[in-house]
Amino acid sequence: MEQARNTLPFRFRDARLEALPSGALFWPEAGLLVVSDLHFGKCARLSAVGGAALPPYETRDTLLRLEGDLETTGAARVICLGDSFDASEVEGELPEDDRVWITRLQAGRDWVWIEGNHDPGPVALGGTHLAELSIGGLVFRHIATRGAAGEVSGHYHPKARLKLRGRTLSRPCFLFDAERLILPAYGAYTGGLRSDSAALRALMAEDACAILTGPRPVAIPMPR
Amino acid sequence: MTTLPAPLQGWFDRRGWQIHPHQREMLARAADPCLLLIAPTGGGKTLAGFLPTLVELSEAPREGLHTLYISPLKALAADIRRNLLIPIEEAGLPIRVEDRTGDTPSSRKRRQRADPPQILLTTPESLALLTSYEDAPRMFAGLQRVVIDEIHALAESKRGDQLMLALARLQTMCPGLRRVGLSATVEDPEAIARLLARHPDPCEILQADPGPEPDISMLVTDEAPPWSGGGAAYAIPAVLEQVKKHRTTLIFHNTRAQAEIFFHNLWLANEDALPIGIHHGSLDRGQREKVEAAMVRGELRAIVCTGSLDLGIDWGDVDLVIQIGAPKNVKRLVQRIGRANHRYNAPSKALLVPANRFEVVECVAALEAVKARELDGEWRGRGPRDVLCQHILIAACAGPFDADALFAEMTQAGAYADLSRAEFDACLAFCATGGYALRAYDRWQRLLQREDGLWQLRDPRSAARIRQNIGTIQDTDTLKVRWRGRGGAPLGEIEEGFAASLSRGDTFLIGGQIVRYEGLREMTVEVSRDAARKPKIATFNGTKFATSTQLSQRILRMFGQDRWPELPGHTAEWLSLQREVSRLPEPERLLIESFPHDGREQLVAYGFAGRNAMQTLGLLLTKRMEEEGLAPMGFVASDYAVLIWGLDAVTDPKPLFDLAKLEAGLETWLQGNAVMKRTFRASATIAGLIERNTGGQRKSGRQATMSSDILYDTLVKYDPDHLLLQITREEAMRGLVDFSRIREMCERVEGRIDLLRLKRVSPLSAPLFLEPGRIPIAGLADERLMQEEVAALLDEAGLSQLNAGNPTIVAESPTKTQK
Repeated sequence: MEQARNTLPFRFRDARLEALPSGALFWPEAGLLVVSDLHFGKCARLSAVGGAALPPYETRDTLLRLEGDLETTGAARVICLGDSFDASEVEGELPEDDRVWITRLQAGRDWVWIEGNHDPGPVALGGTHLAELSIGGLVFRHIATRGAAGEVSGHYHPKARLKLRGRTLSRPCFLFDAERLILPAYGAYTGGLRSDSAALRALMAEDACAILTGPRPVAIPMPR
Repeated sequence: MTTLPAPLQGWFDRRGWQIHPHQREMLARAADPCLLLIAPTGGGKTLAGFLPTLVELSEAPREGLHTLYISPLKALAADIRRNLLIPIEEAGLPIRVEDRTGDTPSSRKRRQRADPPQILLTTPESLALLTSYEDAPRMFAGLQRVVIDEIHALAESKRGDQLMLALARLQTMCPGLRRVGLSATVEDPEAIARLLARHPDPCEILQADPGPEPDISMLVTDEAPPWSGGGAAYAIPAVLEQVKKHRTTLIFHNTRAQAEIFFHNLWLANEDALPIGIHHGSLDRGQREKVEAAMVRGELRAIVCTGSLDLGIDWGDVDLVIQIGAPKNVKRLVQRIGRANHRYNAPSKALLVPANRFEVVECVAALEAVKARELDGEWRGRGPRDVLCQHILIAACAGPFDADALFAEMTQAGAYADLSRAEFDACLAFCATGGYALRAYDRWQRLLQREDGLWQLRDPRSAARIRQNIGTIQDTDTLKVRWRGRGGAPLGEIEEGFAASLSRGDTFLIGGQIVRYEGLREMTVEVSRDAARKPKIATFNGTKFATSTQLSQRILRMFGQDRWPELPGHTAEWLSLQREVSRLPEPERLLIESFPHDGREQLVAYGFAGRNAMQTLGLLLTKRMEEEGLAPMGFVASDYAVLIWGLDAVTDPKPLFDLAKLEAGLETWLQGNAVMKRTFRASATIAGLIERNTGGQRKSGRQATMSSDILYDTLVKYDPDHLLLQITREEAMRGLVDFSRIREMCERVEGRIDLLRLKRVSPLSAPLFLEPGRIPIAGLADERLMQEEVAALLDEAGLSQLNAGNPTIVAESPTKTQK
């Protein structure tokens, strides 16, 4: 399939991983798909506090992409790496169609919700709810911790900028060094934090790489 | 009421002043419900507007707001206050005058709402904000007159539309409110009168004596202007000579970047060290104020400036106005000339300096238009609906409203007179629920309809957010520029996009100085001094005006003459040569030249539709050529022509100019276009979908700014008929895309297309080859460029195997480091 060819394979610790164009992470040996920061229900939360009603299509758009990635990879396990719901209370507000859709995607798959700062506490939807999870030497949690080894996290919504003769391209990106891998946000309405921001510079080693998402993901030295 | 009360008459007498006839006329017609005064700059317009107020308040002193004065500029409001206080204090009138703008301290603003002065000077945005408060009816109770200064400047923008909606609101609160508009000379006073009137009532027009003919000519230099470019560096010595000969000279430029470059070059040549300053909208306010103050004190011999000095601020002793670059628009030129000799009945003196050979023709055409008193202007059409959405939200802030009443009130504003109820309802639905095809989250809608039928905010806290977003001025995202180091002094602002293109060590011009980019710190650009003589050019905020239809037509008519005695020799010869080897463009026909050059086939279409439309035409034509298999490779557009290069020569241009096909191409091309995204962002901000970036939100960084591009893409994908996309299309078509002028061109030409096959570049097309802004045609440009760039980057970093795509050779990546 078209998408399968456009993944970027890379090695992190001893794992052979693939960065997908959409910003999902695939681990073929483990049959595992990892997505971070879905932020379901972001529109609803923003409207709830008196802002304008944003186009309510973000959950649909995110689910469409997730469904596509699950089909192309055939993943049997899914980890949602935290901030899957924009706020704990909006989970119950998801329109029925979207809840059914999520349940359909979960069918026959081992599904884990890692808790994030936006969505601590268990969810009513199916799947296991955990603070963190270790698989084959890698630990999956929402927010990167100092001194961690072999850690896969999300939270920061990293993006990187690249100058192309006269224009600047900015794309959500993966960041990784020898010990740490940070996933881009997968949700539709999510802004990003530039890789040259102080927080990300402090977290990532000097020789960290960035993988820009997009039709063909590419790796570059992390812009800092 | 044509005789002045004694204190005022005494003040006139002490000054030895006569009241102007139009000022007397304004007094006589003080009771008119709506009156538009057209008077040249320096004609005592503002005093004419205020005289009835001064008379009424001196004859019948009273407390409470009597007159509201609206000006397009904050600075103008402050200036008027100073000027108005002179007669009030010297004649001892019992009148309090205060201004209220974004700069007014909040304590005074609060007091003004509780205890308003008799005369309040403000801006359209501050007025819109005032009408959003629940206590607005109390504050405006008893308001008699509203005076809108420089209404011609407001009439061309959404600010004017918003102001007229606010007036409709005021009129409901104060049914007896009288409206007065003050305008500089314009081409179509009726259009402004329609805008000012309380529809369908009429608005009378009062024309003041236009004053003497301006003394205006083209600056002729020994050196011929270059073939292309906009800097006019060739004219620096001649301009300096003029500055020496006059007391104070204003040197206008069409863009800020050009003003910076010219100012820099002027100083390099300024051997006598004449005091010359620079003033434009990107400079820090402190810097601007310094220049303004120095100018009022008469300390400056010249000021290099842009439109930021265009409006009627009183600059004292200006005796010469120089316009660098063709004026693009005759009306703007006339208003700028009015800056010189800011005194009634003295002719204004102005010089035009063409920046290149073509502009010589344009300047001469503009001079003739001024002489013929033929001004140009394009009717803006009906009011845009994004402003309407904002007005509905403002109304909701002020309290529960009845939709029928609000609709009736809005259609009293001229620009919205033909608004249909269905259109209004769509705007109301957008404000209430977002108006999406997919209904979700009804319980969180922004506006609710109550049981009694009135609409109100669901959450009263949202009023504060709506108020913060009031206004229609789009700040392009700009970053402040400061000297590096603790407490570095601010220099001004540059566009975010320009800042993003800078690397450490790059140099650019700001405030007339060459500075070196050091880095970005907390959303501020830090710079250091640099001794270089040649900067990397500043491209910030360059508003490029398109040449007006009227001026373009005049140029085409000029091309039809046998000889051109009015043009300098070098330019007349150039046109003769064009006629010899090719042909000159004509008003009713479309000239296309085709010739080989530089190993490519070149095509030039002389559409004379203005820069924006010609740019759009280039995009559409290349798309059509692609469809016809003509392999276009790129194009560049000017105000007059578009040049397209490619692999194959065009032999039959007629099918390319099929209007229906061009328009069909427009729809698909537009969707993914940056112009649309930019337009969407502006309209979505005005309509209240996106909130302006305020300082506080911005610094948090993490997932802070919801990208308007994402919202745009989502709507195009899932809700293509959404109101905001309709508005975006409308706005883009009349703004940057300017499709109406392409349509106009096709209709003017009616298929009379002349294709001339030449052996080489024609004289008229030669400047196009030097024109900046060449646009390559490449579908997958981003991806391709990215792959190239990535390869280069990785080579540099010794990581070239990283993207090889084969996991077995991917290094244990990256090398382990001890942390």
